[in-house]
Amino acid sequence: MKPKTAGKTMTGAGILWECIEREGVKDVFGYPGGAILPAYDALKHSKIHHILVRHEQGATHMADGYARAGGKVGVAVATSGPGATNMVTGIATAMLDSSPIVCITGQVGSKLIGSDAFQETDITGVTLPITKHNYLVTHANEVARTIREAFYVAKSGRPGPVLVDITKDAQQTSAEFDWDAAKPQLPGYRPDLSPEQKEYEQALDLIHKSKRPVILAGHGIIISGAMQEVRDFAERAGIPVALTLLGIGAFPAAHPLNLGMMGMHGEAWVNHTIQEADLLLAFGMRFDDRVTGNLKTYAPNAKKIHIEIDPAEINKNVKVDVPLVGDLREVLHELLPHVESIDRSEWLDLIDKLKGDSAVRDIQNLPDSGHLYAAHVINDLWRETRDGDTVIVTDVGQHQMWEAQYYKHEKARSLITSGGLGTMGFALPAAIGAKVARPEAEVWVVVGDGGFQMTLCELATIVQEKLKVNIAIINNGFLGMVRQWQEFFYERNYAATPLLNPDFAKLAEAYGIRSMTVTERSQVVPSVRSAREHDGPVLINFKVEQEDTVYPMVAAGASLHEMIRRPSKIVETAADE
Amino acid sequence: MMNTFVVYVENKPGVLTRVASLFRRRAFNIDSLTVGRTEKPEVSRMTITAEADHDQARRIEANLYKLVNVLLVENITHEPSIVRDLAMIKVAATHEARSHVLELASVFRARVVDVAPDSLTIEITGAEDKIDGLLEVLRPYGVLEMVRTGIVAMRRGKNTISPATAINGELEIAEDDVSQSV
Ligand SMILES: Cc1cc2nc3c(=O)[nH]c(=O)nc-3n(C[C@H](O)[C@H](O)[C@H](O)COP(=O)(O)OP(=O)(O)OC[C@H]3O[C@@H](n4cnc5c(N)ncnc54)[C@H](O)[C@@H]3O)c2cc1C
Ligand SMILES: Cc1ncc(C[n+]2csc(CCOP(=O)(O)OP(=O)(O)O)c2C)c(N)n1
Ligand SMILES: [Mg+2]
Repeated sequence: MKPKTAGKTMTGAGILWECIEREGVKDVFGYPGGAILPAYDALKHSKIHHILVRHEQGATHMADGYARAGGKVGVAVATSGPGATNMVTGIATAMLDSSPIVCITGQVGSKLIGSDAFQETDITGVTLPITKHNYLVTHANEVARTIREAFYVAKSGRPGPVLVDITKDAQQTSAEFDWDAAKPQLPGYRPDLSPEQKEYEQALDLIHKSKRPVILAGHGIIISGAMQEVRDFAERAGIPVALTLLGIGAFPAAHPLNLGMMGMHGEAWVNHTIQEADLLLAFGMRFDDRVTGNLKTYAPNAKKIHIEIDPAEINKNVKVDVPLVGDLREVLHELLPHVESIDRSEWLDLIDKLKGDSAVRDIQNLPDSGHLYAAHVINDLWRETRDGDTVIVTDVGQHQMWEAQYYKHEKARSLITSGGLGTMGFALPAAIGAKVARPEAEVWVVVGDGGFQMTLCELATIVQEKLKVNIAIINNGFLGMVRQWQEFFYERNYAATPLLNPDFAKLAEAYGIRSMTVTERSQVVPSVRSAREHDGPVLINFKVEQEDTVYPMVAAGASLHEMIRRPSKIVETAADE
Repeated sequence: MMNTFVVYVENKPGVLTRVASLFRRRAFNIDSLTVGRTEKPEVSRMTITAEADHDQARRIEANLYKLVNVLLVENITHEPSIVRDLAMIKVAATHEARSHVLELASVFRARVVDVAPDSLTIEITGAEDKIDGLLEVLRPYGVLEMVRTGIVAMRRGKNTISPATAINGELEIAEDDVSQSV
């Protein structure tokens, strides 16, 4: 407990850091400039560790990775104008994936606002639609309350990004600092809703009547910390569990009731199971269009129960029969004692049959054809790192989907990926944030050759901060996912997707990062082992098959059961050993 | 159908932009929006009308609640309520037309608020269709200028929505919330 501070006079900049510290933050990610300089100057009085990034977009992704890996609010700092606008992509990324970050930006002096002053941008206006909430602070005496509110709004209810724009004079001038008096005043903010008794009864009734139920496990489980409750629920009721991309890790991959990922690149049997179901239990997921496919034909015979903290998500994409609006963990606590154990072996047998015809084989048993497939790399990486406290941070594209399919995640917060915005360039900085939040964890970046080049400047941040982060570039010489769409839907017209890349290994060396280049399957495991043994960051350039394709695929707008399947006999999905 | 929402918001800079931006962003079209003070200086009251079916109306309400500065939202479309719009209409009214215009105004219980040699300005308060009706009959004389406030609405009888009920008291935050994981 910090001492009471009533009566103490401090500058706005001093109050800023004091409040951030009291919110439990130890590390912030930022980049200085004129309008935020008073805050940087005041940093010398603070215990907070500031990590200098190379681009403000990186700072926001780092704060995001920090939040997702550590379950705490991440903080990013930038100057006004270009510093603030560089944050836009990172803020939008955090918004769509409900990640709690607080962005602090400097603003020109309050007397200059509206005058097109040097480096003046209306950043609260710019970020209005992509933040959960934002603030413009023009007086030192507003700093404390605003920061307290910003943290509270960012992490409560459905989490999200909050931006606080602070004018230079508000940082420089002084005010009385009284933490206790600066309690949040948010009379209209209601993050804590709960369902009505009647709704619980209706839900239980549907559950007990159902013969073919499926749990759709989403990111909300991890946000709510309801992993154990979901497991108890699934086991007691005997209900299988399908995961969204962001739900991966919310339910153990090795659990007998785990089906795998659903949706556009989900396992075929998972999508068939959903289409065959008579009841969907959506736990903290928002029926994204990559999850449902064509809404008209989505799970046509299923009743739907939606447990969701945000009332605006109810009936947004899929009409539900029973909404239970509230925190998932709390709602499951209410439901659990009343859930009856029902034998659903017939349904589980049927799902096993669906699995059976989906080419389930172990890719490691395939003869080495001389080709290096991304799936092999991912699967080997999994075998080597599965026993530890490993966090995989992926970028966006084919490699992201192969990671989701071939790396088996047993624990929450062990996969960090940009789902809703699909932001290329996310992985490297987000991994830095993850490593800072969880220094004990082994952190791997899995990134495409395209996305890597969007934020590779943060290699310097890794080196400057002496972070042990390993980087696996899945180098296919293409913007692979876009190439795949061109292959399927644009008659293989590979317009603007081939990449002429630099030598990534040499590039890493220039930053002082050890590197390797791998072209054969037999080198994958040794390279991973050597990277793990090395006491410092390592980059491995995996030169993989150039025109490989992610299967199965539900084309945009197609029905969930109409998947494009792999034409040849090559393996579609790796089974467990 | 046209929905009418009564919305209490915190009286702070930028709140109107947040509300308007929300409708644009979620692709709902605002038909009319009025905002004004209430008996509590820290609270403003909006009346918003927008085209929406039942489900969309519910989502508009839920989305409005997601704005941190929104205190209370009531969809009064299906409630007995009083809905008023105010218009000022400047009509060309030369000598011979003048008495006709005055007559029409009195039929509609409208007031003449300005008299000039070539024109009359009429003020009318009422439901939107009443104002539309007056406009219709004045048009042949030549409507020179017109302004409407947009509608304001209130529920009838003892069902009151006051700014005091909108503020649900001070937010209590437990001490350990500070470091609580999300
Ligand atoms: C190239 C690419 C391909 C993709 N393919 C797929 C695919 O095949 N399959 C797939 O699933 N996704 C895929 N995605 C990701 C997809 O776009 C979505 O990001 C993802 O499906 C969202 O998962 P979610 O709904 O679980 O998480 P979120 O979008 O994070 O939603 C979480 C939900 O939980 C709610 N919530 C939060 N906290 C709580 C709480 N405490 N209690 C209750 N509810 C809470 C939130 O309000 C929100 O509605 C792909 C993305 C990319 C970039
Ligand atoms: C910032 C950004 N720009 C464009 C896209 C569209 N896009 C999605 S996947 C992809 C290709 C990614 O290529 P690469 O990083 O090499 O990964 P691969 O698919 O080859 O594994 C592109 C361009 C995007 N998601 N994000
Ligand atoms: Mg590529």
